[in-house]
Amino acid sequence: MSDVPAGLETLDFSFSGGQPAGAFAPVLVGVVGSGNLEVMLEPAAGKGCAVRVETSARGFGPIWQAVMNDFHARHPLAGLRVSINDMGATPAVVSLRLDQAVAEITGGRP
Amino acid sequence: MISYAECSARERLALLLDAGSFHEWLPPSERVMSPHLAQLGVPSAFDDGVAVGRATLDGRSVFVAAQEGAFMGGGVGEVHGAKLVGLMQRALRDRPAAVLLLAESGGVRLHEANAGLIAVSEVMRALLDVRAAGIPVLVLIGGANGCFGGMGIVARCADHIVMSDVGRLAMSGPEVIEASHGVDEFDSRDRALVWRTTGGKHRWLTGDCDALVEDDVAAFRAAAIAAIGESKPFTPAALEQEHALLTKRLHALDTTDTTDRDEAALLWSALGIADARQVPELSVEAVRALRTA
Repeated sequence: MSDVPAGLETLDFSFSGGQPAGAFAPVLVGVVGSGNLEVMLEPAAGKGCAVRVETSARGFGPIWQAVMNDFHARHPLAGLRVSINDMGATPAVVSLRLDQAVAEITGGRP
Repeated sequence: MISYAECSARERLALLLDAGSFHEWLPPSERVMSPHLAQLGVPSAFDDGVAVGRATLDGRSVFVAAQEGAFMGGGVGEVHGAKLVGLMQRALRDRPAAVLLLAESGGVRLHEANAGLIAVSEVMRALLDVRAAGIPVLVLIGGANGCFGGMGIVARCADHIVMSDVGRLAMSGPEVIEASHGVDEFDSRDRALVWRTTGGKHRWLTGDCDALVEDDVAAFRAAAIAAIGESKPFTPAALEQEHALLTKRLHALDTTDTTDRDEAALLWSALGIADARQVPELSVEAVRALRTA
């Protein structure tokens, strides 16, 4: 038996020092399905980037931290709220969804 | 040509409706989510697997809902069902030209048990209220998960059903039939059998759907536009006509000997389709031309 308790795991991350994302309509990409996830980006007050992850794959906090560090390095955005519902997506899929979501708010501009 | 089956619910809304016209109610940012799934350790979706709102279709005002089959098989949970019911009830007040339901669902979301079952029954009642008010309800079926269980019943309560050949419509899904009646009765892994008995071509030939289209978003759009004005009054006479059709179908086949035979092709033959065994190989256009009535 696994010693990891059943249920969802909630992970929070925050980053500072990015460029303002500005005003935009909330965007949603991806679907909560096996090996997939949904990512919602919303504008937020303040100068930070707050990330909340709800995931059914427990015990991968350090990997999420690394994936989100990479995300913030690629897209150093401030005034941003990132909300994720995950059903066991791999790090590569998570990174692609995050990039897709940012592309939606920037209208395809890098 | 863009595959309807391969689109997500939100992609379908973006491509099927007039460009940029969809206005969503209870969008994901409102976080109106399932109160049940988290307790079971199952991730929720911000929209509970369905997007509802208003839009225009060929310039006419419509209300629309799109189910996301990739989230829990499009299963109808408490919130998901309540969004559909709210859309229908608002249609009674605002009287759009039609209500469109882009259905893709395995039926009740079993995780939510009675709440899901009640939700589906409420959707049926709300849909029939909309029909009774003379507002046509159009159901579009072409997603990979098909339209099954309670949503199969909901679809058949509507005025008009548009299906693609890859779309499927039934009450019990293939795995359910196999589990309850055995693999001899129905082999759920026999994909050709599954499509012969639930697929769009079959539904078209038996009269269970009103339009058969290619797996193409533009074809679904054109069929929906053509059907907007087609309200079918839900009267005792219409119900009796439906019962007569079903009785005729029930007796079209000899059901005493059912060993090793292709019942779908036999039924099509009994319905007057020549060379019925060829139906699965035919193009959508050719199958469309086979229906006589």
